[in-house]
Amino acid sequence: MNFASYEVGEFYDEMVTDPKGARPCARHLMESIQSLPPGEFARRQAAAERALMQMGITFNVYGEQAGVEKIFPFDIVPRIVPAAEWRVLEKGLKQRIHALNLFIHDIYHDQKILKAGVVPREIILTAKSYRRQLIGWEPPGGIWCHITGTDLVRHSDGQIYVLEDNLRCPSGVSYVLQNRQVMKSLFPEVFAASKVRPVQNYPLKLRDMLEFLAPDHTPTPHVVLLTPGSYNSAYFEHSFLAQQMGVELVEGRDLVVDDRQVLMRTTKGFERVDVIYRRIDDDFLDPKCFRADSMLGVPGLMEAYQAGNVALANAPGTGVADDKVVYAYVPRIVNYYLGEDIIVPNVPTYICAEEKDLRYTLDNLEKLVVKAANESGGYGMLVGPHSTKAQRAEFAEKLKADPRNYIAQPTLALSRVPTICTDRLEGRHVDLRPYILYGKEIFVLPGGLTRVALKKGSLVVNSSQGGGSKDTWVLADSPMAEPKTVNRQAVPVLEGGFADA
Amino acid sequence: MLSRVADSVYWMSRYIERAENVARFVDVNLQLMLDAPEGQDQQWDPLVAITGDHADFAKRYGAATESSVIKFLTFDGDNPNSISSCVRAARENARSVREIISSEMWLQLNRFYLMVNSAAQRRGGLEQHEGFYDEVRQASHLFNGVTDATMTQSEAWHFNRLARMIERADKTSRILDVKYFLLLRSAQEVGTPFDDIQWVAVLRSASAFEMYRKRHGRISPRGVVEFLMLDREFPRAAQFCLVAARDSLHAISGTPLGTFRHAPEKLLGQLCSDLAFAGVDEVMEHGLHEYLDELQTKLNQVGQGIVETFFAFKTPQSGRRPALSPTQ
Repeated sequence: MNFASYEVGEFYDEMVTDPKGARPCARHLMESIQSLPPGEFARRQAAAERALMQMGITFNVYGEQAGVEKIFPFDIVPRIVPAAEWRVLEKGLKQRIHALNLFIHDIYHDQKILKAGVVPREIILTAKSYRRQLIGWEPPGGIWCHITGTDLVRHSDGQIYVLEDNLRCPSGVSYVLQNRQVMKSLFPEVFAASKVRPVQNYPLKLRDMLEFLAPDHTPTPHVVLLTPGSYNSAYFEHSFLAQQMGVELVEGRDLVVDDRQVLMRTTKGFERVDVIYRRIDDDFLDPKCFRADSMLGVPGLMEAYQAGNVALANAPGTGVADDKVVYAYVPRIVNYYLGEDIIVPNVPTYICAEEKDLRYTLDNLEKLVVKAANESGGYGMLVGPHSTKAQRAEFAEKLKADPRNYIAQPTLALSRVPTICTDRLEGRHVDLRPYILYGKEIFVLPGGLTRVALKKGSLVVNSSQGGGSKDTWVLADSPMAEPKTVNRQAVPVLEGGFADA
Repeated sequence: MLSRVADSVYWMSRYIERAENVARFVDVNLQLMLDAPEGQDQQWDPLVAITGDHADFAKRYGAATESSVIKFLTFDGDNPNSISSCVRAARENARSVREIISSEMWLQLNRFYLMVNSAAQRRGGLEQHEGFYDEVRQASHLFNGVTDATMTQSEAWHFNRLARMIERADKTSRILDVKYFLLLRSAQEVGTPFDDIQWVAVLRSASAFEMYRKRHGRISPRGVVEFLMLDREFPRAAQFCLVAARDSLHAISGTPLGTFRHAPEKLLGQLCSDLAFAGVDEVMEHGLHEYLDELQTKLNQVGQGIVETFFAFKTPQSGRRPALSPTQ
């Protein structure tokens, strides 16, 4: 496998610089790839897929009788983040989470930021994820967003932007851990040479954080992970994390609330639960408090929570901060609470609720991506460059009718990473989701989920639309001192000097 | 542990053991038919009879031929007790308790499932299945070995063993029953060389032939029954299985041996005593088939009792909750 025919194109490439040199952080990797005997690279890709299949890291393909299961596609060329760049990202993510947590707390208490007019009041009060039930609530330690996955993208200008905040139940971290395990067995030599920072302690950090939330009177907190059940598409991740943390994986039907205590049904009777890492949305958490038709939740759970008898991560109501319109205000939110400029910027965003931005958006629909605030998964979205005139006209009417519900962003040229396409490497667009834990302190996992759009030219990295994943290598400081020989056999020793002389 | 989790571990284990034993049934019959004297009819309906799914089979397949019975017991997704269905059910149960079993157990069960699945998709004639039943047995053994080598021997492990041993005792008794059904069909062969061959095949299907030789030497119906039902040391003998099941049941609830706290402990204790004090002559006098039938009925009752005692859905009585959370 070599880079002879590789084209960087007009995009930022995370590994290759034009003409066909490696970025310093990727030098070991590129040498290693080029030095492998023909067919070896493809063999390792196949070995990775086999390993993932055997680990059962699969999702169900619905509608096929045989119950066919597929793996979340995985590409063995990693995305590399150099140490210096990561330092900035880490600082920026900590800053962002710190400010967002202060924001959520403020929203459910004094609403100073609304009174100051920094964020318009009606945007918060009309957000679907704003939970009146939580007004005045003091969560343990004053922390609301314990686990966050922030989506980052790099544009062709080389700058990394925050595309989206996921503060409810961000998923994908299990792929980070499993991808790494597979890569370590496939490329041990490159790992050693590149000084890749480990991610394997995430489950320990997660458990420490959850225990930190336990009500004060418990000497040995009993932590559980609440899943919607084995038919949920993220079930693999729920069971994997529970297993790696050494905590019980429970479903709603395993729990019962009695006298404002959460108990679980065991073979020896009922046992008390102190901390719940819930992977169920607010809506379904407690039919007595939120959606009455929820079969997944636990009746009375919110009462137990608000009596301080059980901790929930993330706190209910946290979702108010990952509303797509609220996102647009995050730079101002950071500035308001911390008095600092935002370190990792937002993608430039036009807030249609603001007159000037609405006009710009309506005038430039063919250039912009317009998103509805309360939709996800590509619904209620207009991708300007791929739209027809009729679609744009229809969307313009929607915008004028309900401007609060929309934001607009320029179409980004996401950066690319070399990716195996049958027998050669081609550039494919990627994003990056790092994971942040907020307990006693804020911890950013040095790594993250790199999602890759496997279809040529596609910018959509979602697994439901042909996306896959890659391992993400965050490098430790000063790894590039001296390029070591990675594969002795494959690096030719120069011996020709004498003959020519 | 969670009732739901105990339930899943229990059924995961039973289904794996069941898949292994169905493979043993089919294998023993295949071998018997190969050795059958010329001119004798192939006998496949006894195999369906002992699995207890006769009605379902008759409705969907009609006559019992080699290919229909093999299909029914091996890859028929509509037969809940086919090898395919058992392995699938075991895996579905394991999927919901992946954080309880070890990763290695999951890996092995998943490989098992993928192996059976790909064999099902080949769908060739009998020659295509050569080695398949052996592979199923091996996969099950490997799972049990991995379980014992990687899983903490606490409550979940005991539920796993309890289930495996109850299932195995039941199936060993049914393997013995195959011979009974064959006898019905060919009474004229009792005492002939073919009779001996049949008994050997029965022993082989329980992996018991060599061990039997060491214990009893000559092949005799009495000896085989004694060995497969009453032996205390052979790990597929009913007696051995039920003693192990009882030990696990008592380990789960902490009740001293010789006493009982709930219905399954009582039933299983009685069953163990019955077997411990039974002589093979009494079994034969009573009628082997009747004896096996009663044993299977009692085992069903034990199974039912386990479900009611440990897995059934209960609601708390206020004021009786534990004061402190338990240590994990």
